Amino acid sequence: MSPLKRVAYFFGLPIVLIVLWWALSFGSTNFFVPKPFELAQTLWTTWIGERFFEDVLPSLGRLAVGLLFAIGLGIVLGLLIGSTRWLRNLLEPMLEFFRAIPPPVLVPLLMLLIGVNDSMKVAVIISGAIWPVLLNTVEGVRAVDSVLNDSCRSYGIRGFARIRYFVLPAVTPQIMAGVRQSLSIGLILMVISEMFASSSGLGFTIVQFQRNFAIPEMWSGIVVLGLIGLGLALIFQFVERRVLHWYHGLKEITHDS
Amino acid sequence: MTVSDTTVNRPVKTVPMLSVRGLQKIYKVPGGEVEAVRDLTFDLAEGELVCLVGPSGSGKTTLLKCISGLMEQTSGTVELAGSKVTGPPKSMAVVFQEYGRSLFPWMTVRGNVELPLKNQKVPKAERTALVDAALKSVGLDHVPKSYPWQLSGGMQQRVAIARAVAYRPQVLLMDEPFAAVDAQTRADLEDLIRTIWKQLGVTILFVTHDIDESVYLGERVIVLSSSPTVVQEDLKIDLPAERDQLNTRALPRFMELRSHVYAEIQRAKLGPVTEQITAQRKAARK
Ligand SMILES: Nc1ncnc2c1ncn2[C@@H]1O[C@H](COP(=O)(O)OP(=O)(O)OP(=O)(O)O)[C@@H](O)[C@H]1O
Ligand SMILES: [Mg+2]
Repeated sequence: MSPLKRVAYFFGLPIVLIVLWWALSFGSTNFFVPKPFELAQTLWTTWIGERFFEDVLPSLGRLAVGLLFAIGLGIVLGLLIGSTRWLRNLLEPMLEFFRAIPPPVLVPLLMLLIGVNDSMKVAVIISGAIWPVLLNTVEGVRAVDSVLNDSCRSYGIRGFARIRYFVLPAVTPQIMAGVRQSLSIGLILMVISEMFASSSGLGFTIVQFQRNFAIPEMWSGIVVLGLIGLGLALIFQFVERRVLHWYHGLKEITHDS
Repeated sequence: MTVSDTTVNRPVKTVPMLSVRGLQKIYKVPGGEVEAVRDLTFDLAEGELVCLVGPSGSGKTTLLKCISGLMEQTSGTVELAGSKVTGPPKSMAVVFQEYGRSLFPWMTVRGNVELPLKNQKVPKAERTALVDAALKSVGLDHVPKSYPWQLSGGMQQRVAIARAVAYRPQVLLMDEPFAAVDAQTRADLEDLIRTIWKQLGVTILFVTHDIDESVYLGERVIVLSSSPTVVQEDLKIDLPAERDQLNTRALPRFMELRSHVYAEIQRAKLGPVTEQITAQRKAARK
């Protein structure tokens, strides 16, 4: 695909939707319905400046730390549990149990345990975002190819080298699928962790706007969240293309034949 | 001269490179047991190239897995240069039947060949030289940066062979390595194996179900019965050491040997040689 075409695909639908939105909201007097140009203006005045440093950046920082920990811990624990049979049998039912608990209900608990601070908010993000990566990694390790495994064994590739050159790359497709889910869960939990007992952050600010009937500002906050999600997706795509280029190449070839 | 006169009956003086004694493997499966290999005994002297033929399902892969220490046998022993094999030995390399699944798709051709050496902490310069030489010997020195999945089946199997060659094993086990490549490539690969064997002086056990291939390649052919498996025949191949696809295959002796192996395999398919026949043979050898 040519770059021009790619840009057209990327911006095409959003532009159409904004035009449609503009047309439908034209002349509307409903206080709760935002209009495109006003919203863009509000977006600028509300979020660029002091708020950006006091609310947006700290939120992003907590999100980043939470996600990095969730992904790192998920991979390490997943490799460990996946490659130790007794550990896997022992832990698997419990992991499913913990995964089934909706993370927002942990917020009050973590508040009591950790207190109302950044650590608590990061902990909330980790507690929800770790599961897709962890469980996918466990599943992936279990399903590594038996012939490749035999190749490793016959060449004496064991221990850390086995993880580094064989297991980790083999499981990367599953890990990335887990990471994709973790990103959106992380974003949701970032907002939720700030809605309870907090005095700053994106989630807090949006709730604050809503309580004060600052409706355009509230909408603009939602747009900021959407943009963050988009940013995450783009970063993900960039990384995935680099890490899994072999996987996509392999898939393309097996689909062709 | 009849063919059976050439049946090997060599007294073993020195310690054989590879020694299989009374090997039996019973798989435990849900609702019972499958006896894949019943009782296999044979030796490989150092530097020998031996082919193992047997009908499909006769336990060839099972046998190789036991020899290479990847699987535990039910009874019997495998010895490598006099010491018992209990896990994958360092001085052995295996080329698997499923070439598509034995190379790492996330590594380049070069990376794949290099990995076992890297793992053995071979110094960088020596490693590079070994990998280059191995890739050259299989005729793949022009694609080191490609990924395995970008190559044809025959080329992938050559990468797997290069990896084994670069590793410099004492014993090389190959499990029907050419079963899934076209006839022309196969002929080339067969010649490649003989060249490598002569160059490296490595001991090779080559498993195949192709009778012509076994006679063309081997210095000796071991014929297995169908499952539960025993050694049906151990045949010396007295063809000239220099072999080539056109002339060797046209030799009358080649025809004789292949017909003989063919007849043995047909016999093997009818059923396993009973203990009685085995016993008779043992008596006859004395
Ligand atoms: N993991 C296993 N569990 C149970 N039975 C097995 C297993 N692997 C092989 N078998 C059985 O053992 C017998 C020998 O199988 P094996 O794969 O060793 O034969 P083979 O000679 O390599 O066949 P082929 O020429 O088709 O590769 C077969 O009857 C097979 O069904
Ligand atoms: Mg087999």
